[in-house]
Amino acid sequence: MKEKAKILDSESLNRSLMRIAHEILEKNRGTAELCLIGIRNRGVFLAQRLAECIKKIEGQDVPVGALDITLYRDDLTMIAQQPVVHKTEISFDIDDKNVILVDDVLYTGRTIRAALDALIDFGRPKAIQLAVLVDRGHRELPVRADFVGKNIPTAKNETVEVRLKDTDGKDEVVIVEKISS
Amino acid sequence: MSELIWKRKDLLGLENLTREEIEFILSTAESFKEVSSREIKKVPALRGKTVVNLFYEPSTRTRVSFEVAAKRLSADVINIATETSSVKKGETLIDTGRNIEALKADIIVMRHNYSGAAAILARHVNISVINAGDGWHEHPTQALLDIFTLKEKLGKVAGIKVSIIGDIAHSRVARSNIWGLSKLGAEVTVCAPKILIPPGIEQMGAKVTDDVDRALHDADAVNVLRMQFERDESNAFPQQLEYFKNYGITEERLEKAKKSIIVMHPGPINRGIEISSEVADGANSVILEQVTNGIAVRMSVLFLVAQARDNAVASSR
Repeated sequence: MKEKAKILDSESLNRSLMRIAHEILEKNRGTAELCLIGIRNRGVFLAQRLAECIKKIEGQDVPVGALDITLYRDDLTMIAQQPVVHKTEISFDIDDKNVILVDDVLYTGRTIRAALDALIDFGRPKAIQLAVLVDRGHRELPVRADFVGKNIPTAKNETVEVRLKDTDGKDEVVIVEKISS
Repeated sequence: MSELIWKRKDLLGLENLTREEIEFILSTAESFKEVSSREIKKVPALRGKTVVNLFYEPSTRTRVSFEVAAKRLSADVINIATETSSVKKGETLIDTGRNIEALKADIIVMRHNYSGAAAILARHVNISVINAGDGWHEHPTQALLDIFTLKEKLGKVAGIKVSIIGDIAHSRVARSNIWGLSKLGAEVTVCAPKILIPPGIEQMGAKVTDDVDRALHDADAVNVLRMQFERDESNAFPQQLEYFKNYGITEERLEKAKKSIIVMHPGPINRGIEISSEVADGANSVILEQVTNGIAVRMSVLFLVAQARDNAVASSR
């Protein structure tokens, strides 16, 4: 693994989140019926950060949930490392809500496909919108994001690493290149 | 997170598992517990997989628990009760197993009256085998759900004191619990009339007593076992009333124990023999929570062995 470029630093990452929060509020006309559900692991922390931004703007609390999609994946046998099943924690009703699904990186779209299946098992939201910090392209399914922090064109042998102070000690987004062994 | 990679296609017992493996099953089960509280109690993780429940001994709760667990993972479940099958016509265990494999089933959950039967079957088939009780040997998922319940109630397993009271000699539940609890650092005491204490149980890491009040004295939890009168071939068992008087878990006995003592029982309970109704239904009892937790633990085991086998098949391609 070789670090190629830093795409977002702490300041620009926080500005992106603040802008997305504004866009979410604009599109949904405020916080009524709004909830945020993050995809484990980093999506959950991003959802919490977005909720903080929304609170700063509107002074309103928005419910935040955590979704683990391991059990809904279509590629369980293709991932090399042990799939670890984490808890799904959605303590509120999502029926007739505008659900903002939050993830760190949008890539093939398969995670989002799995997350949509999982969400539908919890109820019938009025709408589901997708917010991602980075869209790196290379879609394999017809999925697009409603809110994007930054579009980053990448090659397939690169990966985008989102680091958050909650999980990694600092906020940044970098592109790393896989060095073929 | 976890560095552990689960590689076992079978779950035969807790004796040969590491502490890390046991903890991994339990932490995975914690995540699965939430599924049963949803309105739609189902996830697609084992969609397209077939689970065969092969029971050579009567069982309701374990079989139903495995069936519910498999169905909540979207697997298809087939139940074979051997009284109504070709086993009656003399088919051997290995032939039965190979036939089930030829049906392209993925997991066999087996209860058998011979110790070691699950291990024999696992050696002769490539599909997964989960031991749902083999003779007097092991009943790993029961012990796992007991430990899961203890961990949930007490917040930890290391350092806690657990007393297992009842027919230790004939109990696979006791054996699996001793292996599992000791590996996780709990202190286990077994208590029974001397005739029901098997030789060598101390070597498994358990303390032994025939004094029930001593076993209860400073225990954080007590696991009450059913008296298996149907296994008493030598007529050496104490009479039911005599057993209740000397070993039955009653409110009077619990008054001398810790106030917070947790009372467990793997079921089915015999009220008035090994436990009084007041205790079984009382505030310290977690007997029905054990049943609920059993589903999460079995979902975890089914999921992990299925993953391990899929990965093994994928990497051999």
